Amino acid sequence: MTTDVDLPTAVSQKFPSATPRASLDCPAFNVPGADAVALLQFLRDVQGFDFLMDLTAIDWSAEKSPRFTVVWHLYSSTKHSYVRLAADCANDVDPVMPTSVGIWAGADWHERECYDMFGIKFAGHPDLRRILMWDGYPHFPLRKEFPLAGLPTTLPDAEIGAETGTGVISAPMAGGPFVATPGEPMGEAEPRAKDEAWNERTPKPE
Amino acid sequence: MVTANSELGYNSKIEGDVIVTQADAAINWLRTNSMWPMPMGLACCAIELMATASSRFDISRFGAEVMRFSPRQSDCMIVAGTVTYKMAPVVRRIYDQMAAPKWVIAMGACASSGGMYRSYATLQGVDRIVPVDVYVSGCPPRPEALLDALMKLQVKVRGEQAWSKQFKATA
Amino acid sequence: MATDFSFPDAAAKAAALPKEFEPEKMSLSMGPSHPSTHGVLRIQFELDGEVVTKADPVIGYLHRGDEKIAENMTYNQFVPYTDRLDYIAPLANNMAYAIAVERLAKLEVPARCQAIRVLTAEMARVSSHLMGLGAFGIDVGAWSVFMYTFEEREKLYKLFEELTGARFTTSYSRIGGLSRDVPEGWIQRVDAFCDQFLPILDEILSMLTRNKIFLDRTVGIGVISREDAIAYGMSGPNLRGSGVAMDLRKDKPYSGYEQYEFDVPVGGKGDCYDRYLCRGEEMKQSIRIIRQIVKNFPGGDWYAKDARKIFAPPKDKILTSMEELINNFMIVTEGPQMPSGEVYFEAENPKGVLGFYIVSKGGGVPYRMKIRSPSFCNLSILPKLCVGNMVSDVVSILGSLDFVMGECDR
Repeated sequence: MTTDVDLPTAVSQKFPSATPRASLDCPAFNVPGADAVALLQFLRDVQGFDFLMDLTAIDWSAEKSPRFTVVWHLYSSTKHSYVRLAADCANDVDPVMPTSVGIWAGADWHERECYDMFGIKFAGHPDLRRILMWDGYPHFPLRKEFPLAGLPTTLPDAEIGAETGTGVISAPMAGGPFVATPGEPMGEAEPRAKDEAWNERTPKPE
Repeated sequence: MVTANSELGYNSKIEGDVIVTQADAAINWLRTNSMWPMPMGLACCAIELMATASSRFDISRFGAEVMRFSPRQSDCMIVAGTVTYKMAPVVRRIYDQMAAPKWVIAMGACASSGGMYRSYATLQGVDRIVPVDVYVSGCPPRPEALLDALMKLQVKVRGEQAWSKQFKATA
Repeated sequence: MATDFSFPDAAAKAAALPKEFEPEKMSLSMGPSHPSTHGVLRIQFELDGEVVTKADPVIGYLHRGDEKIAENMTYNQFVPYTDRLDYIAPLANNMAYAIAVERLAKLEVPARCQAIRVLTAEMARVSSHLMGLGAFGIDVGAWSVFMYTFEEREKLYKLFEELTGARFTTSYSRIGGLSRDVPEGWIQRVDAFCDQFLPILDEILSMLTRNKIFLDRTVGIGVISREDAIAYGMSGPNLRGSGVAMDLRKDKPYSGYEQYEFDVPVGGKGDCYDRYLCRGEEMKQSIRIIRQIVKNFPGGDWYAKDARKIFAPPKDKILTSMEELINNFMIVTEGPQMPSGEVYFEAENPKGVLGFYIVSKGGGVPYRMKIRSPSFCNLSILPKLCVGNMVSDVVSILGSLDFVMGECDR
């Protein structure tokens, strides 16, 4: 399980497409999406990273390309060390990534959460549906263009929505918390609500 | 309440052991002193609800220890915790299944107004889907605050016109 | 198992029946409002009589959008949200979050701050396991255990309230330190609590450990194998109950854990009973750590004095000196200034391993924060674990997994 060469060398020998990634703590690699699963398998079987601790994604916002990055965190219970793996999703509009459910059964729920929050589809996942939001929810909340206040839609249960006359509303933070924007002159940088889906100046989205 | 003193207003030898009072007073007394809660314990406030029910703060002193999770058997729904939009229809359905008379206590900041979770997934106050009688502030409210809310609800119920509501066509 | 309810003959006959005679399965939804689902968890069952053939947990009923909120708050403003993740042991979450952000800034806090953090985290561990045992007791029908454990938790609450101002939901840690130092005499009161707690803990455990009904309900139920536990990313007593000796306090010590002597209980079989025993023993070990800290409580600073752009200086300096005033203003409005980069830190919380993955582009507000919650991963094993058990066994399993939905759904 332990190798004489250190981890970055071992990985770059086996997977030349994997490049080191800047990281403040543990070794980290960038890898193309197509090689991600093979590298994960290698890290688990050969390098001894037996735990998949976390599987998540980052949205770099619609202006950047590639837009979505999927990040895996692995832990080795024998070597007591972590490794981070990051792979960019191929498509910016309809992101796809191969699934790692075949390697760790626990990746199932993590991938469902990535789909729910970002809209990233995992090819080969047995049951890709929403996990935190309800099944009919039309948006992907953690995408950068989705406001924290949310967008209006109907309640998950239409009958209750009709009975009570309520729905999901936009809840903008008009009034707080106040966060200053650094790097601008004080008048502009003063603390103000960073997320406002609508307020007096910007109209309500349709 | 039976004494030999006939100054009480009735003569126990003639009327027997009978107390005369207003219907509302009797019905409301019964209702306030056995207010069985339906604990809609959703988040952190549920822990304080449990603490109120346990030995130090003892909600049982007020007759409310019977925390039945069955809505059919409870009088008062204590919404303790954040109500999300996913959970909101469930809360409403359970409220609908409760038998009248029923009251709602919105415990904590999240149930009263959404609390500090002003986000896309949180219902901004449970009063958007169920009518609330007492709001308790706090995050979470101390058990004493919840007991105070229960007492305020008791005061409110004592002032209700239970008898006339029972026999009117519309409540 | 005391009595074996398997009828191999009947099972073989049922398997040999043609399809049209297969018994009709019942669909049952357990929760989200249910006395023993420990919060708002819904499990959609498919039952064959009393036996579960399919279990599909539905979570998200407490999804409040914490990760999105984190992208809009400064690092210090997010501390109250970390309280409400695992709301049974908030001080542990506070510590995990503070250390994660401090790793981003490569900031080391002084020894006293570390000692206080470990002390409060271990007290939170005791509080969480007491709650876990109490809830487990109620689930399997033992009311008295709940009453006893909650009384002990009230004593802990009193100590927390004296230290932080709140019974739980403490919001105690700040980036670079704590919100305030320990009050006068508090350490002695913690010691006094430990003195009176251990006999009561023995009494509480004696109510369940050799209790015939409890043994019948938990021994051999919900067995999680080593391989499954690792594959599903389980952690904490759930993982250790299955025989995997992984504890981040020993393997990757943080905040000074390497100085303290303590043992980590590891189970043998991985059933509900093992997990219960692990939690009971962990409480005793936590008291051991607390005693060591109380004995050698370090003096000195309780916050990082030299982290000027991160930790707000004390109030008397702010109100009298210009530079401190400006620092305080910048920290409060813009947030503690963090360098850009990404960091992932995990702490051994009572429920398991709580991880924070923070991606920062500089400034006082994170770009992305992912909270790796132990309860989310612990619950992912339910579809596999419930199948083949009866519905009442599922209640035992849920009690033994000791999860909390605030953390699971965030």
